[in-house]
Amino acid sequence: MSSVLYDVPGPKARRVSLIGSVIGSVLIIGLLAWIIMTLAQQGIFEGRRWAIFTRGDVWMLLGNGIGATLSAAAIAAVIAFPLGLMLCLLRISLVPWIRIPTRVVLEFLRGMPVVLMMLFVLLVFGTSSFIAVVAGLVLYNAAIFAEILRAGIQSLPKGQREAGLTIGLTSFQSRMLIELPQAVRRMMPSLVAQLVVLLKDTSLGYIVAYGELLRAVQVMADFLGNAYLFPIFFVAAAIYIAINICVSRLAVWIERRGSKKAAGGVAKAEAAAVETAAK
Amino acid sequence: MDVIIENLPLYWEGLLRTLFLSVVSGIIALVLGTFLAAARVSPVAALRGFSTVYVEVLRNTPLTIAFFFAAIVLPRLGVTFEQFEVAAIIALSAYTSAFIAEAVRSGVNSVPVGQAEAARSIGMKFGQVLSLIILPQALRTVIPPMINILIALVKNSSVAGAFFVLELFGYGRQMANANGDQVMAVLLGVAFFYLLLTVPLGILASTVERKVAIAR
Repeated sequence: MSSVLYDVPGPKARRVSLIGSVIGSVLIIGLLAWIIMTLAQQGIFEGRRWAIFTRGDVWMLLGNGIGATLSAAAIAAVIAFPLGLMLCLLRISLVPWIRIPTRVVLEFLRGMPVVLMMLFVLLVFGTSSFIAVVAGLVLYNAAIFAEILRAGIQSLPKGQREAGLTIGLTSFQSRMLIELPQAVRRMMPSLVAQLVVLLKDTSLGYIVAYGELLRAVQVMADFLGNAYLFPIFFVAAAIYIAINICVSRLAVWIERRGSKKAAGGVAKAEAAAVETAAK
Repeated sequence: MDVIIENLPLYWEGLLRTLFLSVVSGIIALVLGTFLAAARVSPVAALRGFSTVYVEVLRNTPLTIAFFFAAIVLPRLGVTFEQFEVAAIIALSAYTSAFIAEAVRSGVNSVPVGQAEAARSIGMKFGQVLSLIILPQALRTVIPPMINILIALVKNSSVAGAFFVLELFGYGRQMANANGDQVMAVLLGVAFFYLLLTVPLGILASTVERKVAIAR
């Protein structure tokens, strides 16, 4: 699309674009230089501030933080997915008195800040902060997974379910054997994208005093002195962002692979082919 | 139940503060995000690069880290605020603008190629093509996802409560500490007020979606 928006640049346009790029780069480099100068004036780049990273225990604490972050995310994801699947089945149930209450519960969970759910579990049930974090993440993400899967099932051609019922499957069998497998496959990119959100949301554990990466930063800064806050924060943030970018890339890769293999039926495949051709 | 009625003024104030944070950050993010999306499709390579890096990094930054940076690291670096609301608005709008930029960009991609070709064939330049032809159509198609981003913004503003800003979540924490025996009622009250903001927005999103679906 972007190439359709403007002509292939001629010599003049290329010159203008080059000048623009140079000016823009100079501005950004200037801004970065100003930030670095300001930081340097405060002695942020003194060797002794960064020398703490030669100490093993600093890395051990950071490692513990990462471990806590990843384990909360992994456990929450493993519980949330089956729960989301179940909620999805209840949400599209043919029985109104199952469907409607489920819908209310899902709306409730989706409209709620995750951190509020964590605090709720922490204070009302008096659990450990780890359980509070996992429970908050599970409740919220199960609701989102349920909605994603429901959208997937609804996007399937009607004939899939009809065919399933025709060959004598029960409604439940048709859901489990025919519709859900296709829906999961079709919605894979959204599901993985939601996993990134889940991973990012573990950082909310900081607020309920769960010892994840950011809390480890805070603890170390309190313990070693504020002089070390910036270096530690910088390294921890870089690690966090790097992990997230990796998982995001995975989502993009799955999406590309999916559209190439054209999972989910002929109609979708043709549309996708047209779309890629148009780009 | 009594504890909610007793503290109704606090809830109300928190609700207004949450609304204020969301509206201000939302407007900044919408403007910034649209410009970022425009930069992403522009012919100038430096703009494209900058926008790509900004969106990619901010989208993968946990919100708490953005807040931690704005509220705790920035002041240590000499950027001081009168109020922590400013830090919250910086963090929220920087974070949300990345998502808005992605949404607008996908909207730009969904506009039929013929629109851009027609605009260019009548002699429009890039800026004109984008602002007169492409963006008006793109923005219309991405209204439902945009509303979903704004719902997320309202919910995300709760993180501000943990960084010295007294909004709905911040007041909720305070009240929960003050009324240790009625924590559940207090927090359910907070939940109710959040739903008061998010549920109508959600209904709006699905209504608009249905309308757009019919129009297409």
